[in-house]
Amino acid sequence: MFEFKDFVFYVLSFVLIASGLSVITSRNPVTAALSLVLAFFNAAGIWLLLQAEFLAIALVLVYVGAVMVLFLFVVMMLDINFDKLREGFWDYLPMAGFIGILMTVEMVMVFKTKPFNLPPISDSISNTSNTEMIGNTLYSNYVLPFELASVILLIAIVSAIALTLRDRKDSKKANPAEQVAVKRQDRVRLVRMKSEEKYTKPKVKETR
Amino acid sequence: MIGLAHYLILGAILFTISVVGIFLNRKNIIILLMSIELMLLAVNINFIAFSHYLNDIAGQIFVFFILTVAAAESAIGLAIIVLIFRNTRSINVDDLNRLNG
Repeated sequence: MFEFKDFVFYVLSFVLIASGLSVITSRNPVTAALSLVLAFFNAAGIWLLLQAEFLAIALVLVYVGAVMVLFLFVVMMLDINFDKLREGFWDYLPMAGFIGILMTVEMVMVFKTKPFNLPPISDSISNTSNTEMIGNTLYSNYVLPFELASVILLIAIVSAIALTLRDRKDSKKANPAEQVAVKRQDRVRLVRMKSEEKYTKPKVKETR
Repeated sequence: MIGLAHYLILGAILFTISVVGIFLNRKNIIILLMSIELMLLAVNINFIAFSHYLNDIAGQIFVFFILTVAAAESAIGLAIIVLIFRNTRSINVDDLNRLNG
């Protein structure tokens, strides 16, 4: 029996694989980034089929909305000759293709075994929403990993700023700490010296 | 009917595509980072498929943490790329021999 849900799965996974191939083969990194956006969007659709609504929306918001825009910013900001970076693309293709096909065939063989042959579960609508279930579990059993995740995000913020921050040579900013800590002897120097003799006007010779 | 194996095979194909992408684009750090993102996405699809078919919410919690770590990783990675470009005027992996490794 071929349901509409199966059709949706095949469409989404076909577009997902096609956009994934486009990410790794495209000549222009901007195209690759946009293909990655498409891949994330289709993955969110597949997650919706698996009834993981919260994570599907989080994927669209976090990845498509934030991370990929960051990628696009960096790609467009850097002024690079991208053709030079594609050297050796065709040299590695036979070996990479061979290893890829080998890996896929092996994994498919494993997934065809009995333990992975779970029956599809019925589409019963549960009373609690997906977001509520995630919230209940996340804030009870996983509260320490949740706080660790916030620390990781803080580290990401601090390190991203600290890495890219630079002091400009021609910056004229004042350092208030130095200004406050200055002592009197740094600025004023008392000098004892003999008083000058009385100034006498040099005589101008009469030339007449 | 679509079973668990279909989703796992999809994840496997996506993972393989990103491994091949790392092989092919060895010189371009930006495409390498994108391939890593794709790889994490494939792993996340597996996690969510298992979470659905085994009826256990813990898989989705894991995906939540993987998303967090992946976002942090790409932010730091892009900051490092900007730093590399500022210092060497290139993002070619072959030019990154400063450590003489």
